[in-house]
Amino acid sequence: MSLSETTYGELQEIAARYPEARSGLLPMLHLVQSSEGRVTPEGIEACAEILGISAADVSGVATFYTMYKRRPVGDYHVGVCTNTLCAVMGGDLIFERLKYHLGVGNDETTDDGKITLEHVECNAACDYAPVMMVNWEFMDNMDPDSAVRVVEDLRAGTEVRSTRGPRVVTWREAERVLAGFPDDLADEGPAAGPASLVGLGIARERGWTAPGLDTSSPGGSDDSTAEGAAGVPQTKQEAVEQADTSRAETETQQEEGK
Amino acid sequence: MTTTPEKTGVDLVTVTIDGIQISVPKDTLVIRAAEQVGVQIPRFCDHPLLEPVGACRQCLVDIPDAGNGRGFPKPQASCTLPVAEGMVVNTQATSPVADKAQQGIMEFLLINHPLDCPVCDKGGECPLQNQAMSNGRGETRFEGVKRTYPKPINISAQVLLDRERCVLCARCTRFSEQVAGDPFIALIERGALQQVGIYENEPFESYFSGNTIQICPVGALTSADYRFRARPFDLVSSPSVAEHDACGSAIRVDHRRGKVVRRLAANDPEVNEEWITDKDRFAFHYATQPERLTYPQVRDEDGTLRPASWPEAFAVAARGLRAAGASAVLTGGRVTAEDAYAYSKFARVALGTNDIDFRARPLSAEETSFLAAEVVLTNPVTYADLETAKTVVLAGLEPEDEAGMIFLRLRKASKSARPGGGTRVVSIAPYTSRGLAKMSGHLVRTAPGAEAAAIEGLVEHAEFGLDSTAVILVGERLATVPGALSAAAGLARRTGARLAWVPRRAGDRGAIETGCLPNLLPGGRPVVDAAARVDAATAWGVDNLPETAGRDADAIVAALVSGELGGLVIGGVDPDDTSDPAATRAAIEAASFVVALELRETEVTRAADVVFPVAPVIDKAGMFVTWEGRPRTFEAILSSPSSLPDLRILAGIAEELAQLGQGRPLGFRTVAEAQREMSDIGPWDGARASLEGVETGRPPSSSTEGTFALATWKQLVDNGSLQVGDKAYLATGRAPVARLSRAVYDALGATVTLTGDRGSVTIAAEPADLDDDVVWVPANSFGNGVLADLASPGSRVTVKGAEA
Amino acid sequence: MTADMGTLTPVLTDNWADDRAWTLAAYEARGGYQALDKAFGMDPAAVIEEVKESGLRGRGGAGFPTGMKWGFIPQDNPKPKYLVVNADESEPGTCKDIPLMMASPHTLVEGVIISSYAIRANTAFIYIRGEVLHVVRRVQRAVQEAYLAGHLGKDIHGSGFDLDVVVHAGAGAYICGEETALLEGLEGRRGQPRLRPPFPAVAGLYSSPTVINNVESIASVPSIIEHGHAWFASMGTEKSKGYGIFSLSGHVQRPGQYEAPLGITLRTLIDLAGGIREGHELKFWTPGGSSTPILTAEHLDVPLDFEGVGAAGSMLGTRALQIFDDTTCVVRAVLRWTEFYKHESCGKCTPCREGTWWLVQVLAGLEKGEGAESDLDLLLDQCDNIMGRSFCALADGAVSPISSSIKYFRDEYVAHLTHGGCPFDHAASTVFAPAGATA
Repeated sequence: MSLSETTYGELQEIAARYPEARSGLLPMLHLVQSSEGRVTPEGIEACAEILGISAADVSGVATFYTMYKRRPVGDYHVGVCTNTLCAVMGGDLIFERLKYHLGVGNDETTDDGKITLEHVECNAACDYAPVMMVNWEFMDNMDPDSAVRVVEDLRAGTEVRSTRGPRVVTWREAERVLAGFPDDLADEGPAAGPASLVGLGIARERGWTAPGLDTSSPGGSDDSTAEGAAGVPQTKQEAVEQADTSRAETETQQEEGK
Repeated sequence: MTTTPEKTGVDLVTVTIDGIQISVPKDTLVIRAAEQVGVQIPRFCDHPLLEPVGACRQCLVDIPDAGNGRGFPKPQASCTLPVAEGMVVNTQATSPVADKAQQGIMEFLLINHPLDCPVCDKGGECPLQNQAMSNGRGETRFEGVKRTYPKPINISAQVLLDRERCVLCARCTRFSEQVAGDPFIALIERGALQQVGIYENEPFESYFSGNTIQICPVGALTSADYRFRARPFDLVSSPSVAEHDACGSAIRVDHRRGKVVRRLAANDPEVNEEWITDKDRFAFHYATQPERLTYPQVRDEDGTLRPASWPEAFAVAARGLRAAGASAVLTGGRVTAEDAYAYSKFARVALGTNDIDFRARPLSAEETSFLAAEVVLTNPVTYADLETAKTVVLAGLEPEDEAGMIFLRLRKASKSARPGGGTRVVSIAPYTSRGLAKMSGHLVRTAPGAEAAAIEGLVEHAEFGLDSTAVILVGERLATVPGALSAAAGLARRTGARLAWVPRRAGDRGAIETGCLPNLLPGGRPVVDAAARVDAATAWGVDNLPETAGRDADAIVAALVSGELGGLVIGGVDPDDTSDPAATRAAIEAASFVVALELRETEVTRAADVVFPVAPVIDKAGMFVTWEGRPRTFEAILSSPSSLPDLRILAGIAEELAQLGQGRPLGFRTVAEAQREMSDIGPWDGARASLEGVETGRPPSSSTEGTFALATWKQLVDNGSLQVGDKAYLATGRAPVARLSRAVYDALGATVTLTGDRGSVTIAAEPADLDDDVVWVPANSFGNGVLADLASPGSRVTVKGAEA
Repeated sequence: MTADMGTLTPVLTDNWADDRAWTLAAYEARGGYQALDKAFGMDPAAVIEEVKESGLRGRGGAGFPTGMKWGFIPQDNPKPKYLVVNADESEPGTCKDIPLMMASPHTLVEGVIISSYAIRANTAFIYIRGEVLHVVRRVQRAVQEAYLAGHLGKDIHGSGFDLDVVVHAGAGAYICGEETALLEGLEGRRGQPRLRPPFPAVAGLYSSPTVINNVESIASVPSIIEHGHAWFASMGTEKSKGYGIFSLSGHVQRPGQYEAPLGITLRTLIDLAGGIREGHELKFWTPGGSSTPILTAEHLDVPLDFEGVGAAGSMLGTRALQIFDDTTCVVRAVLRWTEFYKHESCGKCTPCREGTWWLVQVLAGLEKGEGAESDLDLLLDQCDNIMGRSFCALADGAVSPISSSIKYFRDEYVAHLTHGGCPFDHAASTVFAPAGATA
């Protein structure tokens, strides 16, 4: 099956966003997934044709990034974080429970085509551990029971809301947003979840602020300090000595060694 | 000659490697500087002709001082690190840190490498095996589960990939992308599952694919042709020169028990660097086909060919030629220079004629004059010059198909990062070929027949204006375009650009130098120049030589048909390659006596009166002369008593003729003797023939409404007679298609029927950026080829949709 | 520290609790985009100087001075300059940029504009990991709003400065947090790190001069411009200036984001977070994500700045403080991290690709109680053969948890062997374990 003309046109549109067309490849593959339900050979060939590169090159990219799927994905992609912290906090048990409950293994889709289950790596929500992602929306502070409720609601077609975001759309609709075609859900959900605000709450409670911030006025900075503050490195070498990776040091020495 | 690039003072940098001080040019990588003090740092991904990548990490060394008084805290990859003044490098030879680092990397490489060395083609010549011995631990500490994959997958008909053996150095993918420009293999997947792969519908079809096998540092890439055929230590390796084109690529021939089992690229930085075409690598089975001739034959009274002894065959040939009266010689373009010299001398001193021509292809009198005036004895351009030229103009030449090493050198030149940018390639051609696109070349779209005008148009061309830094490469196909070669010579003269003529076959240029032309004697001596004739006659010890220029190949054919000529000595000519295949056949038929010198049985040998089996290149020493004019000598690798070099056969006939009172013996019987004589006679130092210029012809009018001008050339992999015998190789060829403009393609569909004055062909079509009234087809990829089955290049054909 | 400074210093997080904080209206109501006008009133070089003087060091982990990085952009290079924001937050434990972009994307956008102005870039890219859909939405919307309000596009605020911003979603690859791998991803290639030199400042995106900065670094710029470098430098320690977001996760009572001057201690932070989980004790923690060697309770008073953590044998990294209590099996934790690095190894270089493959097998054996104590020495030797030998820093990160955990918890590894398997009850570590459950 070849891509629709609309999809092909949108792939070209993505390529045109960038100073060099090939930069569009990652979002283009997201769009292929949105349109085709996975990265299809036709999608690979279309990307290759539009970008003027070999299909082997596109294939190399499509198989490098884990969000690209070669097998059809269900309506809902359920990712359970099993990186160390979430695993320890309960992610492993959640994942086991969902595998059992759904009758699928890792990276497999339920027979009804609704749910694709996968264990995922750290999704940058560790303060909400254990974390689950539904179509890459945050489902914070899960436990095995609440996880099962989420997948059951998804299968039943009941609306599911991200704990820190909007109602969950389908995987294909989500992929379209990642391709750079926004939907209108940006304003749904809170600005921040409770854990994100813990420190701020304590500061407010205790009246702590950054210096002068409570009385700050725009443009009210003090420009009089001409000399560098003590401790600010003035040379690259100093900077490197302060930077805390040996890698950076290596780079600098190589550069200077030129 | 002004071909040497400007020598600017090379900045030297002094470093200390394992305690030894050495000065090397600035920017030299540590790994190569170490080679100069005799230290081989182990490596896999590093290759001197590929961009550094630093992936395998095998070449780690300790740098206690980077040249600035500070050391690197950790071992550094020597393949990506340029030397710096005062740098101190300790390799595995002197540094326990470097040694441990290298052993650690080697151990990692081996944990997932199968222990199948005993059945691996690479075993015995394997960089991984060798370096594991020299720089690895004796025993593994890995007790886990190795990564496994299903056994080899075909990434093309010829190349197989065994992913378990791959160490992911990416030499193959980098070669394909950086050198060949065929990125049909790529790294796919990631992490420990990363592997080399193709896209499922797009096999690794590259004219240069075999190079990836050769540079693979393990046995991951193998050829269907050589796989499981031999062990490296059972092979005898000999240097040689590739015989498939005029590039003169250095090759290594490996044989065992009298049989060639594989060929590899040899390293010649001035010519082919370390690359060869797949044709040069895989097309060698032609010499061992069943129809190979193994004994002389003579035609009996009953009209059949029967085996004969060599002396009898010499005698029968001599008697027949004497009886036939006026005779001519057609040598073909695959001859060694020594054999060509023998043909040339044979024609003059044994047959007393200048009716000799090496051109078994469309030709013209203009070309004959051009070769004498502009080509013989010249060497205006080298491969290296292609890299320094600002602009290279191609006319009548498709390097990727017709001269692979010119293509690779031009591609490299076009991508050069030198200040001012790489070489700009401008092609006068009917469409943007894949090869031209890979060189980022500019097309001067030109219909067949209009090349002369297009060349003239470059003199004052706004965009491509040429000057003395430019090079013009003209292909042999320009011969049939009236005025084109004259225009090229004129363009060179007016702009100061250098001009070189690029033939297709390995023996073409040597045949010119040795006088296998109606207007040239050996060493570039013009036939019509009395002094030159006297010079040659003196060298040969004859009283005089025929004074007028002889017939060219087309005229020889015509004269045989008309009966003006009776005898024909013909070697290595396929009638289907000639200007008019039917006429050539008729000429052979009409000749009263035909002596054929051939490798294999052909329609020519079947029609001949005496047939001599000639030795293939592998069985004889000799020399080819490249398109640059560079002599490339090689030794015999195998020997077979069943065939002889052409020159020995010609010597035998000449001696018999002399016995009969006609002409003189050649005076040599061996290649070495011929070489001595060629060296003695030397090049002509008198006046050159001048170009009898031809006015630029009017481009053929398209008055014949609805017809198409026929453009064609031979693809690298095609039905050529030296390519038979390797199915896997032939399967990698590009499928024959007719190329049409997008508009015509849309109108006619995906299959078309072309009809010309010699026949019709139905073939798949593809759109390309051609003029609407031009069609391109490959010259020898279907039937008996375009010349026999369709029409002459440049003539008009009709094209119809086949489905209609 | 100045007298009026609190223990926590909300700057970036200060507006996160505002109503519809992510909108332009809410951001502007707080004075948003005014720092931009101040920057436009300065010479670009002066903006760079201001950031240099502030002492801001990269908030993505390595801590390279941001202003100095900007200063490396060769302004005589005729090619276009680019700013690329590294929003590929993927380091295990790190969870500060995602809530920042979710709550206040305009802080980032304003930072992008000022930073681009400083380095004279007219195109900027925000490379967001793909697995955070709502964050992508919020940043897309913020950029759209900024265009409509004239903060982006041509002649911004009448300054004559033009800037286009492209929001780019990644597709799942931890390695793209490495800046040159990120550039590869942004150029539509496999995210494998590039050879350096040339450095991105000279030849980065499209071989043009490119600055790549972490989200938090860029988001800090508007406040530095608004309040001045001295204000910023008044926070933090001598060589680690300013504030930063500290992300507490794991076995603490109140995990979350705590914005404080660099140099705060984990003891203080855990106190603020209400202590370790009821009935348990701190066992080990990461100061800056899983790639930074683990520390223990003996390091509670280490100042969390670049120098302090470095002196303690680890790295400040991204201030991703993953806290594990005494119910946690360190071998299991380390094995899981190692599996992560194996999964995320890009495959380019041997020690990382093959080394992580092997490490996982040895660790998995140990975790199951198989193997011998000599395997610990084998592990350490493998780590030695990987550390500093690989193409990029990913593999250095991979061996950090292994070598540091063996250093502090060798006995626990041995216990797995003597116990014939893991002696811990993993259920006791979970958040939903019955209160007071023990190992």
